[in-house]
Amino acid sequence: MQCDVCQSKEATVFLTQIVEGKMQKVNLCEACSKEKGVNDPTGFALADLLLGIGASQEIEKSPAAVKCGVCGFTQADFKKTGRLGCSHCYEVFAEGIEPMLKNMHKGTTHTGKAPVAYRAARVHGEKIKSLQANLSKAIESEEFELAANLRDQIKQVEAELPK
Amino acid sequence: MKFSRIIANSGEWLSGDGPNRQIVVSSRVRLARNLSKKPFPGWAKKAERLEVVKQVKDAVEHLPEMAESYSENLETLSSLEKQVLVERHLISREHAAKGVGSAVVMNAPQSLSVMINEEDHLRMQAICCGLQLDKVYEMINRVDSELEDVLDFAFDARLGYLTACPSNVGTGMRASAMLHLPGLVMSDQINKIINSVNKIGLAVRGLHGEGTEAMGNLFQVSNQTTLGEAEEEIIGRLNRVIEQIIEHEQNARALLAQRKPITLHDQVGRAYGLLSQAYSMSSKEALNLLSIIKLGIDLCVFPDAHRFPIDELFIETQPAHLQKGAQTQKMSSEERDALRATIIRAKLLQVPQPDIDRLKIPTPATNEKK
Repeated sequence: MQCDVCQSKEATVFLTQIVEGKMQKVNLCEACSKEKGVNDPTGFALADLLLGIGASQEIEKSPAAVKCGVCGFTQADFKKTGRLGCSHCYEVFAEGIEPMLKNMHKGTTHTGKAPVAYRAARVHGEKIKSLQANLSKAIESEEFELAANLRDQIKQVEAELPK
Repeated sequence: MKFSRIIANSGEWLSGDGPNRQIVVSSRVRLARNLSKKPFPGWAKKAERLEVVKQVKDAVEHLPEMAESYSENLETLSSLEKQVLVERHLISREHAAKGVGSAVVMNAPQSLSVMINEEDHLRMQAICCGLQLDKVYEMINRVDSELEDVLDFAFDARLGYLTACPSNVGTGMRASAMLHLPGLVMSDQINKIINSVNKIGLAVRGLHGEGTEAMGNLFQVSNQTTLGEAEEEIIGRLNRVIEQIIEHEQNARALLAQRKPITLHDQVGRAYGLLSQAYSMSSKEALNLLSIIKLGIDLCVFPDAHRFPIDELFIETQPAHLQKGAQTQKMSSEERDALRATIIRAKLLQVPQPDIDRLKIPTPATNEKK
């Protein structure tokens, strides 16, 4: 990773500051960090001062600007409350939530109860998959009568897809 | 059903019977559910919350389990009434702080209760006496399946049931047991037990759940994680741990009776003396002393017939229950302490003095009863 200031040397000093709940990151090489007085933990300037106001804003903008299309919740709201806005937020903020879940729980995949509709869809999906597997086998072994039969079956099962 | 009528009787979990009920006061399972694509209560606007309450309350009231039930919007309950429900473990402290746009529905025996618009759209719980987590789960699972027919629950094929807080996602289930552990506390083993239970991913908490102090030697043990394990696995794990804690508690009691009989007799005698003679008593002191009397009943120092009246005092001497019974202006804490002592003295009159000669050492736990 390159130094954010001189853009030439390898960065060895990584700064992260949280100001008013917003994260700012700066990567510096040894020489630049000394020059900017970063070694002194009380004296070092913010990313704004090092790189100009624009730079740090860009860093924080990308995640914070994402908004849930259903409920209007943002990443910043999540940071503030620790709760999500609606069920759709799990998709919108998946990237941020995933590592949290990994730390919090025993696994990352639900293995327990599911609503009947999902269980039916799960069974249905498996049924189609197995029929399709049989179909390709039948075609491979040139059993065309069987293949035609299987194809009709698949069509029929697909039409029964539960809502 | 009216509030006064539902509250006139103590809950089934208090008066009922169940396996291991000397040590396991109650078993409880709660499920968190949300309606799909509707903002969670903490993020929803008032109009959205009201809409959810209307829809969910209607569905819950029509459950066969709720044929005889009490159902109310929280803004119509006084803060005292809400506190009474908290002390009975029927709603959470968080829920009691809610007003317009939240509701509660419970059945007459107070074994099932549904909080609407707590942290999630639905928080439903079943509670019953003794160690019977499987039965309690079955009860609440049935309710969940019935509601699923009429409500569109937020569910993701990979993450399971979606909840406002990521810590509940997956099963949305919190299973817990309230344990009475005076033996482990008196023999200074309780911290060791709490630490080892914490290490295996289970939580140990005080009387009223998260962030509350342990009083009356009562501890709540529950699962910490909700994703990655099926409901039955979580309950199985919890059951095995609780059975071990029961065994440790029984052994601690037996050891106390054998090696430190004077200490034990002294504690029971002092508890009896204070409870039957004091004219002012704080809630905490009352719980801690009642816990020793409860232990005395388990050890046959007091007749078993007094078990229920003593158990009832655990609830009746809580602040909101006292205020409710007083029917007067809001009491000061001194007045409450005085009333508490009066109620306890009256009940203790019925309990004979401790008879140390009848002390029966509990048989050390038999391994793995089938």
